[in-house]
Amino acid sequence: MSLYASFRKKLLSFDLSVDIEVSDETVSIFGFSGAGKSMTLKCISGIETPDSGLIMLNGRVLYDSERGINLPPQKRRVGYLFQDYALFPHMTVEQNIMAGMKIKDRAAVMEWLRRYELSDCIDRYPAELSGGQKQRTAIIRMLASEPDCLLLDEPFSALDVQLKWRLEQEMKELLKDISKPVILVSHDRDEVFRLSDRVGCMRMGNLEGIRKTDDVFDHPLTETEAVLAGCENIASAYRCEDGSLYIAEWNHRIAASGENICAAGIRSDKLSVHQISDSYIEIQDSELQRGLDGHSLVCRAKGGSGRLKCSIDAEEVCKYDRLYYRAEDMLLLKDDNHDK
Amino acid sequence: MLTFLSELDWSPLWISLKTGIAATIISFFMGIYFARYVVNARGRRKSVIDAILTLPIVLPPTVAGFILLRIFGLRRPMGAFLLEALDIKVVQTWLGCVIAATVISFPLMYHNAKSAFEQIDCSIIHAAETLGMSNHEIFWRIQLPLAKPGIMSGIVLTFARALGEYGATAMLAGNIPGRTSTISQRIAMVIQDGDYQTAGFWTVIVILIGFAIIVWVRLLTDKEK
Repeated sequence: MSLYASFRKKLLSFDLSVDIEVSDETVSIFGFSGAGKSMTLKCISGIETPDSGLIMLNGRVLYDSERGINLPPQKRRVGYLFQDYALFPHMTVEQNIMAGMKIKDRAAVMEWLRRYELSDCIDRYPAELSGGQKQRTAIIRMLASEPDCLLLDEPFSALDVQLKWRLEQEMKELLKDISKPVILVSHDRDEVFRLSDRVGCMRMGNLEGIRKTDDVFDHPLTETEAVLAGCENIASAYRCEDGSLYIAEWNHRIAASGENICAAGIRSDKLSVHQISDSYIEIQDSELQRGLDGHSLVCRAKGGSGRLKCSIDAEEVCKYDRLYYRAEDMLLLKDDNHDK
Repeated sequence: MLTFLSELDWSPLWISLKTGIAATIISFFMGIYFARYVVNARGRRKSVIDAILTLPIVLPPTVAGFILLRIFGLRRPMGAFLLEALDIKVVQTWLGCVIAATVISFPLMYHNAKSAFEQIDCSIIHAAETLGMSNHEIFWRIQLPLAKPGIMSGIVLTFARALGEYGATAMLAGNIPGRTSTISQRIAMVIQDGDYQTAGFWTVIVILIGFAIIVWVRLLTDKEK
C-alpha cells in the first residue's frame, strides 16, 4: 500500500507545499505550531481542498486538480485521529465505534474493546472517560472504519506527561502491527524519534525532504532538522568575502565550505569548558543552571548577542571564558527551502 | 365574575394558540432547513441570505405587515394569483394571522438553530466525514442531536413571539372577532373601548401562558444537565 501526495495550497501567511510518499511505514511531519502540519493532513483527508496537485492512495486518485477529481472525505478511506479525538459527545463508546463501521458488528466492537482494555467503558459517554480511554476509543473508532491509511494529528498533545509515555508505547505496538501508510504530525521530538521510520520537517508550509529518522538525528541538514535532533545552540551564519562563515550571534568565525549554508548549530554536549581542540568560542557572563538532564552552563558569546548552552559537571563550576568544540561537531545548516 | 366569564368571548385564546402552534411548526422546519443551509454555505451568499432571514426581527412589525400586504393584497399579482388559481385568501383571514406570525417569529428559530449548529466543534463533523458517514447521516445522527438544546429554546421563543404578534397581524389579517382577533389584538381593541376588565383578564391569561413557557424551558434545560 502506498500514499502519494504532492500539492500546493495558498494560506494566509504562507504557501503550503507538500511532496510526500509513504509506503507501509510511519512517516512523521515535524514542525512548530502553525507550520501547516495539520493543514497537510486535512488536505490529504479531503477536509480541505488544495489549490493544485495530486493525491493518490493505493492507486486510487483522491485528488487531481488537472482532471478535476476531488473525492469527499467519506470516499477517501483515510483514517484521521484528531488532536482532541473528536469523539461524538452524545454517543456511548460503543455507538462512537459503530458510527464508522460499514457493517455494524457488535461482536467485533466487543473484541476491539477487549483488546484495548475498554470493556468496562462500553456504555460510557466520552465525558466520563479518562484522557487515555478517550484516545483508545478514538483509535478503535478510526481502525473500525477500515481505512487504507492513517493520519495522526498530534495524538499525545492532550495528555498528561506520565500517561503520554504509556500511550506512546501502545501506539508503537499498534503501528508495528499495522501495514498501512501512517503519517504522524507532531511538534514533540521524542514522539517523532520513538514512533517514526522517516521524518520530514515542515517550516512555513514547506515540507522538506523526508529522510530516515536516524539520519536526521545523526546528521541534521537544516535548521528545523537540527532542532528536531536536539541541537540547543543554533545561530544564523553569513558567508564572508574571504570565504569564511561568520556567526554574528556568537561573534565567531569558522572556515567551512558548502553552499547555501545559512545557520550553524552545535549540541550542548559537544561544547566543553576543557581544551579538547583548537576551536573555541569566547564567552562571558556564564551561569550554572540545573535541568532534568543534568547541569549546564548558560552564557553569552563575547561580542555577540546570542546565548550558548554547554553541558557540564556540577563540580567544575568556576569562571570560564572559552567553550571548546571539535570542528567536525559544528553543524552547518542549509536553508530550509534548499531543494525548492 | 361568573357572569363575566360566561359572557366572555373565548375565541381570541384559541385563535392565538392555533396561530402560535402553526407558526412554530412552519418556523421549525424552515428555520432548521435554512440554518443548515447557511451554516454550510460560504462567502458572500452566506451573509446575504443570513441578512435577509434576520431582517424581520429588526424591522418594526408594522413595516413587515405593510410589505406582506403589498405581496398578498388582493389587487397585487401574488394575492390575485392565489385567489384566482388556488382560491386562497390571505388578507383578513386566519391564514394571514399565521403568515404574519411566522414571518415575525421565524428569525428566532432560524438564529437559535444556526448558532446551535455553529457551536458544534468542526472536528466532530470532520471526524464523522472521515469515518465515511454520509451528509444525511451526519445531519440526523450528529448535528441535530448536538444542536437539540439550541433548537428547543428556539421553539419556545418562536412560539412565545408568534403568540403575542400584533403589528404585522393587525395589518395583514385585521381584527375580525372570531376569525383573526388574537389576544393581543383583543386587548388593544377593548382598551380603546375603555373595557379595562376584559383587558385585565386577557393580560392575566397572557402572563400565565408566559409563566408556563418559562417553567417548561427551565424543566427542559434542567433535564439536559
